[in-house]
Amino acid sequence: MSQIFHRHSNIYSRLSILGVVLFALTLAGVVAMLHLSGYNTRQNDYVEQPIQFSHAHHVGGMGIDCRYCHTTVEESSFANIPPTKTCMNCHSQIWTGAPILEPVRASFRDNTPLTWTRVHDLPDFVYFNHSIHVKQGVGCATCHGPVDKMPLMYQQAPLTMSWCLDCHRNPARYIRPRDQVFNMAWERPADDPELGARLVRDYNIGSVEQLTSCSTCHR
Amino acid sequence: MDLSAIRSRLASAEGRLYWRSLGELTDSAQFREYLHREFPEQASEWNDPKGRREFLKLMSASLALAGVGACTRQPQEQIVPYVRQPEDVVPGRPLFYASAVIHGGYAQPVLVESHLGRPTKIEGNPEHPASLGAADSFTQAEILNLYDPDRAKIVTNRGEVRSWGHFLTAVQSALTAQAPRGGAGLRFLTGAITSPSLAALMAEILRAHPQAKWHQFDPAGRQGQTGDANARPIYHFDRADLVVTLDADFITCGPGSLRYQRDFSTRRRLTDDRKQMNRLYAIESTPTLTGAKADHRLPVRAADVEGIARELSALLGAVPQGEGASVPRPGEPDIAGWVAALARDLQAHRGRSVVVPGDFQPAAVHQIARSMNEALGNVGTTVTYAAQVEAAPTDRHASLAELARAMDAGEVQVLMILGGNPVFSAPVDLKFSEKMAKVGLVAYHSLYVDETAHLSHWNLPAAHALESWNDARAYDGTVTLTQPLIAPMYEGRSPHEVLALFTPQGDRRGMQIVKDYWTAAYSSGAQWTITSPDDEPFANADAFWKRALHDGFVPGTAVTAGGPATPFDAPSSGLDPSRPAPPVTGDQGGLEIIFRPDPTIWDGSYANNGWLQELPKPLTKLTWDTSAWISPRLAEDRGLHNGDVVELRYRGNAAKMPVWIVPGHPPQSVTVFFGYGRTRAGRVGNADETARQFNPYLLRTSDAPWFGSGLEMARTGERYLLVTTQEHHAMEGRVPVRVATLEEYTKEPAVIAHQAHAFPKTLTLYPDHVYDGYKWGMAIDLTSCTGCGACTTACVAENNIPVVGKEQVSRGREMHWIRVDHYFAGDLDNPESYHQPVPCMQCESAPCEVVCPVAATTHSSEGLNDMVYNRCVGTRYCSNNCPYKVRRFNFLEYADWYTTTLEPLRNPDVTVRSRGIMEKCTYCVQRINQARIDAKREERKIRDGEIVTACQATCPADAIVFGDLNDPNSRVTQVKAQQRNYGVLEDLNTRPRTSYLAAIRNPNPELEPARPAGQTEQH
Repeated sequence: MSQIFHRHSNIYSRLSILGVVLFALTLAGVVAMLHLSGYNTRQNDYVEQPIQFSHAHHVGGMGIDCRYCHTTVEESSFANIPPTKTCMNCHSQIWTGAPILEPVRASFRDNTPLTWTRVHDLPDFVYFNHSIHVKQGVGCATCHGPVDKMPLMYQQAPLTMSWCLDCHRNPARYIRPRDQVFNMAWERPADDPELGARLVRDYNIGSVEQLTSCSTCHR
Repeated sequence: MDLSAIRSRLASAEGRLYWRSLGELTDSAQFREYLHREFPEQASEWNDPKGRREFLKLMSASLALAGVGACTRQPQEQIVPYVRQPEDVVPGRPLFYASAVIHGGYAQPVLVESHLGRPTKIEGNPEHPASLGAADSFTQAEILNLYDPDRAKIVTNRGEVRSWGHFLTAVQSALTAQAPRGGAGLRFLTGAITSPSLAALMAEILRAHPQAKWHQFDPAGRQGQTGDANARPIYHFDRADLVVTLDADFITCGPGSLRYQRDFSTRRRLTDDRKQMNRLYAIESTPTLTGAKADHRLPVRAADVEGIARELSALLGAVPQGEGASVPRPGEPDIAGWVAALARDLQAHRGRSVVVPGDFQPAAVHQIARSMNEALGNVGTTVTYAAQVEAAPTDRHASLAELARAMDAGEVQVLMILGGNPVFSAPVDLKFSEKMAKVGLVAYHSLYVDETAHLSHWNLPAAHALESWNDARAYDGTVTLTQPLIAPMYEGRSPHEVLALFTPQGDRRGMQIVKDYWTAAYSSGAQWTITSPDDEPFANADAFWKRALHDGFVPGTAVTAGGPATPFDAPSSGLDPSRPAPPVTGDQGGLEIIFRPDPTIWDGSYANNGWLQELPKPLTKLTWDTSAWISPRLAEDRGLHNGDVVELRYRGNAAKMPVWIVPGHPPQSVTVFFGYGRTRAGRVGNADETARQFNPYLLRTSDAPWFGSGLEMARTGERYLLVTTQEHHAMEGRVPVRVATLEEYTKEPAVIAHQAHAFPKTLTLYPDHVYDGYKWGMAIDLTSCTGCGACTTACVAENNIPVVGKEQVSRGREMHWIRVDHYFAGDLDNPESYHQPVPCMQCESAPCEVVCPVAATTHSSEGLNDMVYNRCVGTRYCSNNCPYKVRRFNFLEYADWYTTTLEPLRNPDVTVRSRGIMEKCTYCVQRINQARIDAKREERKIRDGEIVTACQATCPADAIVFGDLNDPNSRVTQVKAQQRNYGVLEDLNTRPRTSYLAAIRNPNPELEPARPAGQTEQH
């Protein structure tokens, strides 16, 4: 039987094997990048909300403390989204006729809740607890970014597992004194490189083994 | 199966054999094959009609793209805050409310966990004397009934949708028509009522309609209830060193069983300081969990219990009041010797013993038991006799028979039935449904649209106990309040609200009725010991009401010895209360039939509850089906095997039943459990064509409701698949229970350690884990465990464990994270029984962890074998490598993602698993994490006892202890320091964290001579 393929076709077959491998790797890379991209994590996405609530105005401008609205952040896993009543504490006095606030007034009047879209949404198999992070010196801004400068709320961090683990593996780099947790403007003092390590000790923060045990977040 | 071969094997065994099932004893090739496989045959196969191959072919494209499907973005979710947030509500933290669920008319006090207004879990009320924190399986499973999608939802009249307003109009016109005759045609049918406020409503109705009558019926209620003052025994097992039961199952049956179980196990508990135990003699017919716990058990026919009781009382010199039917004394010499030894033991424990008659034995046995207790000086210490707490106690079978007669005679025009499903559960000789058709207006108030609803004119949906205001008394009479956790999900109303429609005052809300009753009772100068939190008297009745609701009960309302015979405003039923109990008819020859409520679905009212259906029934570990229990001897005589369908003929009625051979069953008796054979229970409980005949109510007659003779049993040649978990997860003959008698153990405490198969190994290639923080561990006391299965139900409720169904259980795919293994030991006709709850052992060198290719099961810093669902790819290597068989795999999508009413049921702190995921016991890691976070927030260590696992919390026997092994003062460390502490399969070097305290028995040396040394245990 005569040879069908010429000898130099070997090089094509070898190249094609390499090509398949390269293609598969590229595809895997693309999928991985897509997975970690803002498209998938919704990082930096603005979300349509029933009211265009501005944290920049209320926090940055008026100086309202985070805990005025997010009341349960120090005692519960959930930081709480304020009830309509909290909005009306002020807005029954000021901007009482503003058209932008009509949904708030309608909610209060009709006793129907506002429906917000979650901005920071972890998967259901992750059990995040606000209270312990706040207690151990993780500032609001550490995860949520400069909320006081956000006219509309968006998710500043990727909220991926590796991002969580950055801190769980080395909390000293991220934590701050407890009295600075709600301070949006706090910056790590340049003259005190030992601050983080000292706080980890003072706050009795769990070992890296404990912080990275699976059941710490998954159960 | 060859029973004679089993007998010879048992006889020839050196020492003692422990066995789980008859199949295991035969040790046949078939059984070995079954064990050999990781899961029973075809557990991992897809064998639907389409076939696995066909399925793969059809699904290949979908499977290839299945991974891509996981790449979708997470869907956006909504947050809906309150408009006005209620005080005390902290989203993310549950609130607990004290309440009660009602079982057989009596209150089971509970604490209900509520997440943002939706109840998710029921626990016992730790402050209530009837619970002390424990809850049984029925109580645990009530939460599933609340969310049952098959509940009755709307008011209907002859199939057409109506409203409560329409019903009120119908009631009023019926009452108007009845008024000239004093309500002579008006009848009410209820179960037992202990609720004072409900009884007051009934009294109000009967005052307004003096000729109306109130009937009671409860198919599983106790017999021998009479109007006698001071006839209700309350036992104090915590003061009894010797307990004798006369066919009594005080551990699992009856309103006081939780407290009794706790008291009994407290007196039985061994510590290194206190090496004393109580001793339990069980004279019983059907094997029960009480008999399984007994140090000496005497299986006899139910009809012979009275004769033995008489003989025993004669030996004790007690004179029973009145003579009952002359029951022949069993003449067998070994029984006589046994009874004589028991009598001597009782004499030696005067004032420290107690004789407990069974709920299903006739009044004569109760009288004999009482006279024995009086003769032994036990009254006042180990048992007290107090007034009845039920309103208008009556013989309920007679009461129903009277109603049936009146209906047949056309005397009844209006019949209001409050629950109970009498069409299904009434004795067959009453022909209840036939006679009910002669009544002009039948209204039925029930949680389900069941068999009775189908034949009633008006169907009124009931509000669930967690949706309504109510009150009831606990076993000791303590008034227990029920408050709603959630507004009624459907149109349901409480029994109070329904009865109020018949009163002159008319329509009222449940809260108003209950609150008015109790604030009025308080204001009228009741002498209760309840005080405000600062021990001051209450400012007003409203303050009292708030405090009582907060506690869930009113302390000081227990009806004790010499208390008032009719507490508060209990009406007369309009029937003769002193009607004597119907005589048990004489011996008809043939076999004896014994009727019992089903251990998991009770009288059938829990038939639509998947948790209880799937809960393995005690002793047989059967799920999803009923069976007729027969003894091995009877099986040999008749050539019957497990699963053979027999026809039972009894007093002219017939029913079919699949048989199950139960070691220790009295030879000439057959036990049938009612509750199965439902036709309109719902999607879970409806029986198919075959199983519909397995209904013992078809045999039950009102004159002998609990046992009778003259039963004929005939083979039909049919077979029926009965599914038991008894043989699942077997441990290849390495018996993990260790047993010693008290004498052996006190003489040589190391006897437990010496029962090991081999010396524990410690050499390992892997580096040791270091636990410098907490180190969680658990100890389970086999001496205390009664095998009731409440831990399994509590675990199901806490951890969102799905129901898989009979077909899946038959393949060994049940999902329970904690199972209760049962072992027999010794003689086939009267074996000893041992229970062993098996959760995950949380091994320190866990075989599961090292084989996972994707690190989905890893070791936590506190020693848990974490299971990470989102990482698991379903290789099942971990389960294959687990020597304890505690891992469970979601072969299919068992979690119900699509029934919307079940969504609020789920515990939000635990992931709902999908298919293809391995799961197992986590030591309730959600509770550990919450406690750790709370402790850190308060800058302290977790306190001992702060973390209570779901199984531990509900255990009535307090057999499970959990805590930090790094804390030398923790309870679990101290318990584990006992010399009877051992780990199962320690020779595999798994270093289990869950350890067991060996079962210690306390036999009477006169009846069971000590075994010679060196011949104790054999494995």
